[in-house]
Amino acid sequence: MISTTPTPTATGRPPTTSTAHLLLRQWPFLITGLLFGVLLIKSEAASWYRIQEMFRFQSIHMYGLMGSAVLTGLITTTLLRRAGPRALNGETIHVPAKTGPTSRYVLGGLIFGLGWGLAGVCPGPIFALLGSSLLPMLIVLAAALVGTWAFGAVQKLL
Amino acid sequence: MPELLRLLQEPWPWYVSGPLIGLTVPLLLLLGNRAFGISSNLRHACAILLPNAAKPSLFRYDWRAQSWNLMFAAGLILGGVVAATLMRDPQPAQLTGAAVQSLGALGVQVQPGLLPAELTDLTRPATWGLLILSGLLVGFGTRYAGGCTSGHAITGLSTLQLPSLIATVSFFAGGILSANLLLPLFLR
Repeated sequence: MISTTPTPTATGRPPTTSTAHLLLRQWPFLITGLLFGVLLIKSEAASWYRIQEMFRFQSIHMYGLMGSAVLTGLITTTLLRRAGPRALNGETIHVPAKTGPTSRYVLGGLIFGLGWGLAGVCPGPIFALLGSSLLPMLIVLAAALVGTWAFGAVQKLL
Repeated sequence: MPELLRLLQEPWPWYVSGPLIGLTVPLLLLLGNRAFGISSNLRHACAILLPNAAKPSLFRYDWRAQSWNLMFAAGLILGGVVAATLMRDPQPAQLTGAAVQSLGALGVQVQPGLLPAELTDLTRPATWGLLILSGLLVGFGTRYAGGCTSGHAITGLSTLQLPSLIATVSFFAGGILSANLLLPLFLR
């Protein structure tokens, strides 16, 4: 209430200690993210070369990767939802349905794809490549934040 | 030991890493009923960084309730650190001959690492243009489409959602157009 300088956490009331506490409790997601980041790089999904190869239909690599990921996710997620309705934190397992007009998925998807085909990165690899000390990714990340903000700014007009 | 080291350094074949990537969806559901998706972090970052007065309504929500997602992104960065230090692959990606030839025709040499010089050489204005345009389109498009490759192509398809199939097909249509028509404008 006395703070007039905009700080990164000045969006709400809770003091930083509670945010830090909240983040600390989330360590299993940090570990899962770490493993996923390693996977993105070792699978070469974060390789610009592999993305270009995919968009020119010159190799099975990325199609096999995504196909086997979806198939595995489909089978295991279906089994999980049938077997145990509760997550470890007690919540009932529920995947929110994607809603909204089809135009959103077509146009948004096309715009996303145009960006994906250029620098060869989607949001996951941006973070993993940054960790690999590929600092030009900071430019992509900053631009992606501007793009996200721009969507928020014009959302009502679309 | 040299065997283990080689295993860590070599790229992992798609039929090993693909299923492991797919397991992320049930793992996050099991850990805390979380639907896997990474692009939400871009939205959270906007919600955190933008001053309240100048905030479009898209960014007015309690991002703390989604802090697991920020931790996941922090994990991604750490994963990049681990992969680049302990597991760095000294070889260039083993692309097909056709891919090496197409990239060569665009003036791109396949070198060790994940990105070519055309994306890392910041002395070329075209590199800046490519990186900035790519980021803008990815950021705008992913929010418009309500997810990225993780949220739609992996989670959405794994849970048989039609909107995600439409989004994924559009991701690919855009990517094919971009890689073949737009990208050459930034190279050479």
